[in-house]
Amino acid sequence: MKSLKWKAALIVAITLACLYGVFGVPKSADELIANWKRNIRLGLDLRGGSMLLLQVQLQDAFKLEANTQIERLKEELGKQSIPYQSIDHNDPQTLAEAGDIAIQVRGIPAEKSQLFRNIVAELLPSWVLTPLSSTEYRLTLKPTEVLALKEDTVQRAITTIESRINGLGLAEAAVQRRGGAGSEAEILISLPGLDDPARVKSILQTAALLELYEVKDGPFPRQEDALAKYGGVMPLNTKLMRSAPRPGDPAGEGWYVVTRTPVITGRDLRDARPAQDEFGKWETAFVLSQEAKGRFARFTEANIGNRLAIALDNQIRSAPTIQSRIEDQGRITGAASHQEASDLALVLRAGSLPAGIVYLQEQTVGPSLGADSIRKGLIAGAVGLVFVVVFMLIYYAGAGVNAVVALILNGVILIGCLAYLEAVLTLPGIAGIILLIGMAVDSNVLIFERIREELRAGKATAAAVDTGFSKAFLTIIDTHVATVVSCAFLFMFGTPAIRGFAVTLVIGLVANVFTSVFVSRAMFQFALARQGFNPRLSIGI
Amino acid sequence: MELFKNTQIDFLGKQKIFIGISLVLLATGIASWAAKGGLRYGIDFTGGANINVRFASKPPIDRIRAAVGAKIPGEISVQEVTGENEVIIGLPLKDEKALQQERETVVATLTETFGEKTDRLDLNNANPQQLVERLREPLQRASIPMNDEQLGQLARRVFEFRNTPPRSGVLASLDQLREVEGVTPQVLDVIRQQCYLAPFTIRGAEVIGPKVGAEMRNKAVLAVLYALGGMLVYLAFRFEFIYGLAAVIAVFHDVIITLGFFSLTDKEISLNVIAALLTLVGYSMNDTIVVFDRIRETLKLSRRELTPQIVNDSINQTLSRTVLTSGLTFISALALWLFGGPVLNGFAFALVVGVIVGTYSSIFVASPILVFWHERSRKGRRAAPAAAK
Repeated sequence: MKSLKWKAALIVAITLACLYGVFGVPKSADELIANWKRNIRLGLDLRGGSMLLLQVQLQDAFKLEANTQIERLKEELGKQSIPYQSIDHNDPQTLAEAGDIAIQVRGIPAEKSQLFRNIVAELLPSWVLTPLSSTEYRLTLKPTEVLALKEDTVQRAITTIESRINGLGLAEAAVQRRGGAGSEAEILISLPGLDDPARVKSILQTAALLELYEVKDGPFPRQEDALAKYGGVMPLNTKLMRSAPRPGDPAGEGWYVVTRTPVITGRDLRDARPAQDEFGKWETAFVLSQEAKGRFARFTEANIGNRLAIALDNQIRSAPTIQSRIEDQGRITGAASHQEASDLALVLRAGSLPAGIVYLQEQTVGPSLGADSIRKGLIAGAVGLVFVVVFMLIYYAGAGVNAVVALILNGVILIGCLAYLEAVLTLPGIAGIILLIGMAVDSNVLIFERIREELRAGKATAAAVDTGFSKAFLTIIDTHVATVVSCAFLFMFGTPAIRGFAVTLVIGLVANVFTSVFVSRAMFQFALARQGFNPRLSIGI
Repeated sequence: MELFKNTQIDFLGKQKIFIGISLVLLATGIASWAAKGGLRYGIDFTGGANINVRFASKPPIDRIRAAVGAKIPGEISVQEVTGENEVIIGLPLKDEKALQQERETVVATLTETFGEKTDRLDLNNANPQQLVERLREPLQRASIPMNDEQLGQLARRVFEFRNTPPRSGVLASLDQLREVEGVTPQVLDVIRQQCYLAPFTIRGAEVIGPKVGAEMRNKAVLAVLYALGGMLVYLAFRFEFIYGLAAVIAVFHDVIITLGFFSLTDKEISLNVIAALLTLVGYSMNDTIVVFDRIRETLKLSRRELTPQIVNDSINQTLSRTVLTSGLTFISALALWLFGGPVLNGFAFALVVGVIVGTYSSIFVASPILVFWHERSRKGRRAAPAAAK
């Protein structure tokens, strides 16, 4: 009898702990519901929201890196007056080829080769120099540097994406690397509660590469006109750039000759905000950082009357004439709406992405679809549960009550564990719970049938209960472990939603061993102990 | 109440009939499988895009197909969700960028075809934030005092109302909003000026590129194979190797037959169905283990070799439990199938079929294999000394 008290205390304690995990200590009905909603985390498929899986195009970052190094090398070779024919890099197209980036240097005079080697060794320590002939060289990135650049690119992409998404005010959004650090260049974004990811996608797709160039000539109506003027070869340190027509802009397409290196880049920004011009049109105003301020002031002072090209993502947005010395302000005109202007300001503040991105997967569940799933899942669960409860009570009479109590407790423990583990309840998870109803009852049926057998064989009630439980126990363990094994593989190989199913089922199975073996047995013992000598058992025979 | 009391059915004696039934089921499934050129996989595995669109009334399938088909090259599918005013527009697999673009095109085309060409906000395809921005100034002009917090709450209420059944995401008329707390006739007038209702809403979208599709296929196959392997090892460890093998063959039989039913009924194999298959693997295993456990127990008590009689008795002794559990699990699965909605339909169907086949196989497939193996090895042992003489 004493051990029975301890058992009862343990069962009550576990039940209370689970209820506390779900409901806390509510002081009102509203608080109770609020706590329930906070502690039971619903997956995207139930509460609605979007999941985006994207791949960072690492090859972009590698090409950019090669470009930067080529510029540095050219500058240094110029300073040391080493002539060269050409320096350029190859063009890896896919993510897998990213690490194959190579710089080709042609036409270094043989007598300058030692000097060239020294320059490369000092300037580009992370590159390996391979001579191809007496005047030709190839530079490849060291394998450790390839890894480092990949890691760095993905990390920077994550940071940028995070700050862009946070800027939208999506509080619960999560940005994480798929498969943890050091794995593939894939980033998983979950946006709970957002049923139209179009805006997020367009915000992420913008590279937001802002550059301010000095205009040397132009605009020309067509590219050929510009080339014709210079006889097909652009002057040293200049390049041609297109200005794209914006909707509602009378200027139309045009081509400008601009300096090769920008005066100001996106990194020089301190802030960007949406603003309206004197006609009420939306634009994005930006402020330069302290460091860029002086540079820009000097530049504008020296170039009054010339034009300045403001380029976004390699397209000129506007090319105003410099009227006076400008300290630190600028603006990008031509936004179609307030939202567009503020989105651009947002991505400018967040900085540019180190490489392009491609969406591998999108899953969007509208809130109404999620609500429908919950409702239908609950109806199906309720129908199944009612049927099972009624059947058990009829078939096993008094013992059926044990089964029903065990079943309810099983549910309470499952929900409590989900709350404590901060596990996410998904649609397959609900299916798992419904399946669990069937499996939970199985344990009880196994035990009750065993007890009936022992009773039929003529054993005394107490002995029959003991034998029934101990014999069924082994079977229950075997069946449960086998299911847990299959859940383990589901967890390893499944998608997040299926993982939810596996987690729910495993927790439910463990709780089931406790309720159907321990709790149900304690209830039997209690019922028998109360009857005293030669007790009888209501188990439907 | 007792349904089975001391049954003495000779299950093994009738094994030829049941092996025949199994073979017929297997053959039918595989034949349909082969005739249809393989199973029908969902976009989880093939890649592609699915867009769920719900309409306010019966969806005009032909118009949808014509409008979307005109904008998108290649084969598109427009599938009606039975019992709902809903269609699923399916796009075939392309590379990642093209898929994303086409998904946007579908939405734009639907808006163009069924929406209005106005500046007003389409309440069926907007979000609360858009409604707040749209109403702020007009409400002020109409002298309805409301701060941002109140406005936000109003917008949330409107959308919550829109999203709860029976509306389920689509409002048929703005008049319905009268029921929403806080929508006074004056507010409704402003909403009417600023908003309209397209007859549809995008309820969900799934876009899966070729890389992810291929990855999921691999993962699903690996999951099933490893799960079977893991169980084989566990049973070999707990019983004998042949018990594990018999159980795994029985389970394999169940999976093939269930897949056959999917082929016969033209249902898609999605990731959820794979989860259901694994569940049924675990379930069928349960059933088999219960019978095997009983056989092992009887063998220990009687200290005899395995005979058909012992196997028959064990099946009979556990028959009550087998039928009850299967029946109750079947009811749970059936409830899920009937009431669980379209998303869980495939999952539940696999379970409904699987529970029946799984119960059947533990009695009529796993147990006969066990007997067959023992008979053979006994004959082998008898034959071996004879040959030595």
